[in-house]
Amino acid sequence: MTDVEKRQDRSPVPTDWTYAPAPESTDIVTIEERYGLYIGGEWLAAKDHFTTISPRDEAPLAEVGQAGEADVHTAVAAARDAFTSWSKLPGAERAKYMFRIARILAERSREFAVLESLNGGKPIKESRDVDLPLAAAHFFYYAGWADKLEYAFPNRTPKPLGVCGQIIPWNFPMLMLSWKIAPALAAGNTVVLKPAETTPLTALLFCDVLRQAGVPPGVVNIITGDGSTGAALVDSDVDKIAFTGSTEVGKAIQRRLAGSDKKLSLELGGKAANIVFDDCAIDQAVEGIVNGIYFNQGHVCCAGSRLFVQESIYEPVVAKLKQRMTTLRVGDPLDKNTDVGAINSREQLTRIEQLVEAGKEEGAEIYQPPCRLPEKGYWFVPTVFTNVAQSYRIAQEEIFGPVLTVLTFRTPDEAVEKANNTPYGLSAGVWTEKGSRILWMAERLRAGVVWANTFNRFDPTSPFGGYKESGFGREGGLHGMEPYLSFDVAEASG
Amino acid sequence: MAQAPVLPRGFELPVKQRLPRIGSIDQVAVEARAGELAKRSIKKESKIWALELALRCCDLTTLEGSDTPGKVAALCSKAIRPDPTDPSIPSVAAICVYPNLIATAKERLAGSGVKIASVATYFPSGQAPLDVKVRDVEDAVALGADEIDMVIDRGAFLSGRYAKVYEEIVRIKEACGDAHLKVILEVSELGTYDNVRRASLLAMAAGGDFIKTSTGKLPGAATLPVQLVMLEAIRDVHEETGRKVGMKPAGGIRTSKNAIQYLVQVHETLGPDWLTPDLYRIGASSLVNDILMQLRTQKTGAYSGKDYFTVD
Repeated sequence: MTDVEKRQDRSPVPTDWTYAPAPESTDIVTIEERYGLYIGGEWLAAKDHFTTISPRDEAPLAEVGQAGEADVHTAVAAARDAFTSWSKLPGAERAKYMFRIARILAERSREFAVLESLNGGKPIKESRDVDLPLAAAHFFYYAGWADKLEYAFPNRTPKPLGVCGQIIPWNFPMLMLSWKIAPALAAGNTVVLKPAETTPLTALLFCDVLRQAGVPPGVVNIITGDGSTGAALVDSDVDKIAFTGSTEVGKAIQRRLAGSDKKLSLELGGKAANIVFDDCAIDQAVEGIVNGIYFNQGHVCCAGSRLFVQESIYEPVVAKLKQRMTTLRVGDPLDKNTDVGAINSREQLTRIEQLVEAGKEEGAEIYQPPCRLPEKGYWFVPTVFTNVAQSYRIAQEEIFGPVLTVLTFRTPDEAVEKANNTPYGLSAGVWTEKGSRILWMAERLRAGVVWANTFNRFDPTSPFGGYKESGFGREGGLHGMEPYLSFDVAEASG
Repeated sequence: MAQAPVLPRGFELPVKQRLPRIGSIDQVAVEARAGELAKRSIKKESKIWALELALRCCDLTTLEGSDTPGKVAALCSKAIRPDPTDPSIPSVAAICVYPNLIATAKERLAGSGVKIASVATYFPSGQAPLDVKVRDVEDAVALGADEIDMVIDRGAFLSGRYAKVYEEIVRIKEACGDAHLKVILEVSELGTYDNVRRASLLAMAAGGDFIKTSTGKLPGAATLPVQLVMLEAIRDVHEETGRKVGMKPAGGIRTSKNAIQYLVQVHETLGPDWLTPDLYRIGASSLVNDILMQLRTQKTGAYSGKDYFTVD
């Protein structure tokens, strides 16, 4: 018994486990001091510039060109020139370039992910695991359609439209870029794309991917700027406008294009219902609720911002939800352990704050988990409102931030009625173990996507788009090709 | 006075709103959540903390037909001082052996604070009459076991005789006396997460102090999603009754990285209260040396080799 040294002492036991910072290095990214406009395969200097910042610390990142009306016309003309030869390329040739883009995006995904989080504020784990893999997947997927259009639309003689003006939002910059560019190129169109004012950097880095992939000059042109650049693009000599963004701007574009023969597709706001039945797998439903609203700080047009809980399990579900919210890690988007990153811009933060104030004034009960926010940058604590009436502003208007409103229902019919009682109709979620109920609900919910026992799940093969004020036209899947093609009926009969 | 009609058996009327009694698990979603949590990046001092915790929570295990007093003696030395070159390294929580080796372990561990856990109840199959199992437990306790790791009757569970499973656990718990009871569900034989949840609740209701994933005798033992399901069951019991039941994954945890993933899950599901050997154990054998190697790497900044740590 003497060969072993006995030990009574145990090392002192610390009580709290604080994760050390795990920042993703930014060394992989090179940001230019000043960017021009990518037109006709070349960088053209812009007359005016604006500064793009990082919402995590408000530090300036680069000077970005403000494209004026003349620049927009130059870009559209370059795209028009390129259209002649690009549209005549065999589909398989176009696919070749697209497969290259997809591969390069996959290879450089870390670089893009870091830049995306830096410029947009989303957590690195999301840009790394969601945005970039999906962006590459969209190019892979649509490359496959490029040489099969005749088979995809038999007897309809699909033809490209011409030059497509595309305006994308700041919530998923690279993903929205690929949603727009991939089907347009597969169809044989050329593109002038304007990234959002607050998140232009990954789109500008994408120009280097175009160069690497050897995409012919003018096929894709990237111009940066504010709303006036977008307006100029809408008014320019394009054949189609594709817009993703706010309903307000979407309506303005539609008014602008009324009477013209420019095609239009809109993907706008939403106020999705996430419906939790009492027979669901509850812990997973709570996880889905959290993912539905706090994913990407709630900057998601299809976010599950209206939670409907069956009244019989309302209290335990809300208790579990609040408990789960205390474990959300809010902070530096570049930290690998961050769950909720920075709000994209001062402007958006103000809007969220205003709506949250309105919610308090209207009498809803607010809960925010204890949470230490960084001093600099734009931040908003994940928030849930209970005691919400259907008539409150926070239950009606799109907040586009990490703010959830909880409502109740008693029967499936009531759930459908309340869920559909919105000017929007982009997405919905249903949580139940009953397969038949999922189908019953999906038939009745007026939303472009209905998720069952999951939320915010995307795949390039699945079409996405809205009802009512959430827009029209579909993106993703074979449906996503149609808005980029014209179908010549006369030719088929002649 | 008219008599109220009798409710059908098993039909309970809750006084207030609450979760369904058993509840269910969505396989896709629970695996996705476990996958998310496994991506936490634990660095520097938080990594050292986690590695030392994992060590303190280890049930250093040998459960072989070939176990001898010599083997167990060596294991006991390892349990007390996992790294003889570094006195700051803590002891493990317990060693886990067959009843025949309790005596050796007791002698070797006397005064060290390391507990003795013994498997019992016709481990690993549990396919024996109840009095044999009870006797098995009584003997182990008499020999000096501080903790009993029992197996549930999976045959009874899978054929729907839950009451039999329940009553057995109750009887074993009685036989344990002051010894702590860990209830092994043997999850790889249960087949579904729904069954894992059901068995977890059953084991806790019957009085188990810990619920444990596996015997370690079958492939596909502890996994991250399985632990998550069990932790959520523990959380539900705690929320409703205030009782804190412990968790022990066992089998297949061989690397420090993997052990930290398990701890992160506990931390973010049950909270820091469970991050103690009183409520969390890891059943392992080869894990200890990997933790020692990682700890030395963290402290010295350079990797040493496997041969710098004793194989016991």
